[in-house]
Amino acid sequence: MVSLNVNGKKHRVDVPKDVPLLWVLRDHLKLTGTKFACGIGECGSCTVHIDGKAERSCVISVGDVEGKKITTIEGLPKDHPVKRAWIEEQVPQCGFCQPGQIMQVSALISEAKHPDPEKIIAAMDDVLCRCGSYPRIKRGIKRAVEIVRKEGKRS
Amino acid sequence: MKSSISRRDFLKGTLAAAGLAIGASLTPFGTRLLSGAEMKAGFKPTVWYEITPDNMVTVWIPSSEMGQGAWTTLSMIVADELEADWKQIRIEQALAGEAFKNPLLHDQLTVASASVRGYYEPLSKAGAAGRMVLVKAAATRWKVPEGECRAQKGFVTHKKSGRKLSYGKLCEKAAAFPVPQEPVLKKESEFTYIGKTMRRLDIPEKVAGTAVFGQDFAVPGMLYASIARPPAYGAKPVSFDEKAAAAVEGVRNVAPLPMGVAVCADSLYAAWKGRDALKVQWDKGSLPDLDDDFMEKHFIEELDKPGSPVKTAPGAKEALAGAAKKVEAVYFVPPVAHVTMEPMNCTVHVQQDRCDVWAPTQGPLVARMVASKVADMPADKVYVHTTLLGCGLGRRAAPDFIVEGVILSKIAGKPVKLVWSREEDIRHDVFRAPTCHRIKAALDAEGRLTAWSHKVVTPSLMKDIYPAAVVNGVDFMSLWGLADFPNAPDNNNITYEIPNFDLEFLIDDLPIPVAPWRSVQNGPNGFITESFIDEVAHAAGKDPLDFRLDLLKNNMRARRVVEVVAEKAGWGKAAPHGHARGIAQHSCFGSYVAQVAEISVNEKDGRIKVHKVVAAVDCGLAVNPDPLRAQIEGGVIMGLSTVLRERVRFAEGGVKSANFNDYKIVRMSEAPEIEVHVVKSKEKLGGMGEPPVPPAAPAVANAFFNATGVRIRRLPLDPATVMEAIGKKA
Repeated sequence: MVSLNVNGKKHRVDVPKDVPLLWVLRDHLKLTGTKFACGIGECGSCTVHIDGKAERSCVISVGDVEGKKITTIEGLPKDHPVKRAWIEEQVPQCGFCQPGQIMQVSALISEAKHPDPEKIIAAMDDVLCRCGSYPRIKRGIKRAVEIVRKEGKRS
Repeated sequence: MKSSISRRDFLKGTLAAAGLAIGASLTPFGTRLLSGAEMKAGFKPTVWYEITPDNMVTVWIPSSEMGQGAWTTLSMIVADELEADWKQIRIEQALAGEAFKNPLLHDQLTVASASVRGYYEPLSKAGAAGRMVLVKAAATRWKVPEGECRAQKGFVTHKKSGRKLSYGKLCEKAAAFPVPQEPVLKKESEFTYIGKTMRRLDIPEKVAGTAVFGQDFAVPGMLYASIARPPAYGAKPVSFDEKAAAAVEGVRNVAPLPMGVAVCADSLYAAWKGRDALKVQWDKGSLPDLDDDFMEKHFIEELDKPGSPVKTAPGAKEALAGAAKKVEAVYFVPPVAHVTMEPMNCTVHVQQDRCDVWAPTQGPLVARMVASKVADMPADKVYVHTTLLGCGLGRRAAPDFIVEGVILSKIAGKPVKLVWSREEDIRHDVFRAPTCHRIKAALDAEGRLTAWSHKVVTPSLMKDIYPAAVVNGVDFMSLWGLADFPNAPDNNNITYEIPNFDLEFLIDDLPIPVAPWRSVQNGPNGFITESFIDEVAHAAGKDPLDFRLDLLKNNMRARRVVEVVAEKAGWGKAAPHGHARGIAQHSCFGSYVAQVAEISVNEKDGRIKVHKVVAAVDCGLAVNPDPLRAQIEGGVIMGLSTVLRERVRFAEGGVKSANFNDYKIVRMSEAPEIEVHVVKSKEKLGGMGEPPVPPAAPAVANAFFNATGVRIRRLPLDPATVMEAIGKKA
């Protein structure tokens, strides 16, 4: 039995402790916004926040995140600057990698004292997109930082 | 197929659900519009849209949504002609059905960049017909002439009397009228939505994380399945530990299948654990010597074997013999993988009297056909529900994963969700076909091209799936970019007007499975022809731009995009210090694209940096401009990925590449600035999903030549290849 704190809710899940967090989120908690695409922490589609930091949920065991604060794409507020920017800039194409992109960007923004779009863009190489939405992800990042500068951060 | 409506036999009736529904049926004579009653009577759910008393317009989308914006763009066509308010529009993904066939493809397939150009006519006619009966219904009710009524933004109004009725209020009455078979279409100047950017309907749920891809679909009580697959082509299992797999907690079934050994379990990680516990031992397969070197050597050797003539030019030999200058080159493009971001998957439930398939598929009718065969059930008992697709790229038109899902649900007697791992997805992909070409060109004393003799060795794409398409040893799909099927409606031919062009083709028979990959063989064939034409231009001592324009004298659409891109990219002006430019153009799927890439080369580590790509396109009317731009940006980047990064590696008779750590695709830092110019065009509608891909790779390779003086004739131009090529020069 594993206890998890996901998107502000407590869950008890009957799985071995070595099961990757990704599968517990998707198959047990039905939070399917977090995607499986590589299984080895190489592509970033499964990115979630663990205590505010962007992590790859496909290579983290549930046992290692007990008692930590886990946030998935579903837990990021609808009016979060990154989500708003992503709609404003019409970023996604197929959209499969986008939860990972959004979680990576939102963590980088909240970690930085003074978010700098260029620095964030430079830190995005490990989140892959096959549709080639990179130019729009860049625009989305710039827009999100603008929103944050105007309105302040949101977790 | 041109839609000519030859019958005017309207049937009257109302739809039971109350409302107005308009569909269309593809007959041998073209598209015929159907009223709700007709559809109910004779056809499966075939409506294009339905207006209901709640004042909503539901559009059934026949195409798979894979990021190209099909939901939105197809709805715009209906909404515009119908004069609906955009807020009234909601969409439903259509089930697999005969009536949803794309008139261009004669199938319900989302391939060949054909959604907008194929469905434009039936959808606009259906929209216009609806508008006309709604006006008629209002005019009848008000007892005024139809000409005094106007449909706009979901209402019919009668200005003189100031009366106004919503579509929701009129729909039941409208359903009683016959559907006009030759509706009057709007003029371009009258469009409300077409030509203006409408935000994509699928984006909000994709950003929220609630969008349902195939991978996200679930039915209660389903099992999860995984298959241990052979590491080498043709390999059979010698032994496996069934007991060990069955002993894994949660494992329910272990089953040897033609494609491997399957495990069904209560969870996916249990299925994967079970699969690993099988420890399958495989034999060496059908061609254990197959590896990268073997493949390349094999293709080069095959070039010397006789092939089948595709185009013959009796004067070619003579022109080559008497040439003032001859250019000859051999090109090889190894296979690349689709690596759709979402690995292959499907969920299937085979029951006594029906079979349901939920899948991210580009070919719902193909899926229905194979499911019907495997489930041994008539096609009308098979329901294929298309989910969202995490990339399509051509991979999801193949039904291999559907076949597996149906087999497994039959075995388990339960709904089964099959999820391929990334390793399976790469190693068991059906690749973009490797292709090897030898080209000889002749130039006269003035540097004019007088002959072009071209030989191709490549596997056939159609041989196994539709053998009748291979005629006299020629599979034109494998030659797209050089030559298209006779009488084909598209322009997948070589764009240039070349005197004495001959083409010979040999089908290769290596056991590597191949399939269409975004732009099909226009990609590799375009890379080769656009690199070679550059070689010939340089040999002729001419500017590659002028040389191309000269051969495009009579191809105004191609010529125009080349001129536009050259102007916008500053062709002929000096590039920034240390940078070099390259140009390329290619036309396919009804559209014309030219690109200029600006690059620099780090000669210390062999890395090419692409700074900027300027693209000019002519696709006729740009129905939804912003998603169209997104397709161009994405297509350029995918093309860059093939020139900078991608190559499937082979070893010991099978695929060595396995995941994103050894199959590299381009990343954020490698994506250049992309400047897009969509030329205003009144020409025929062309596709835009694929045409932006082919010019990107040769534009970079041509820029590399301009930067280094070295021509690389094999993809990709990765650091190792670049270092080797530069080393050879020194």
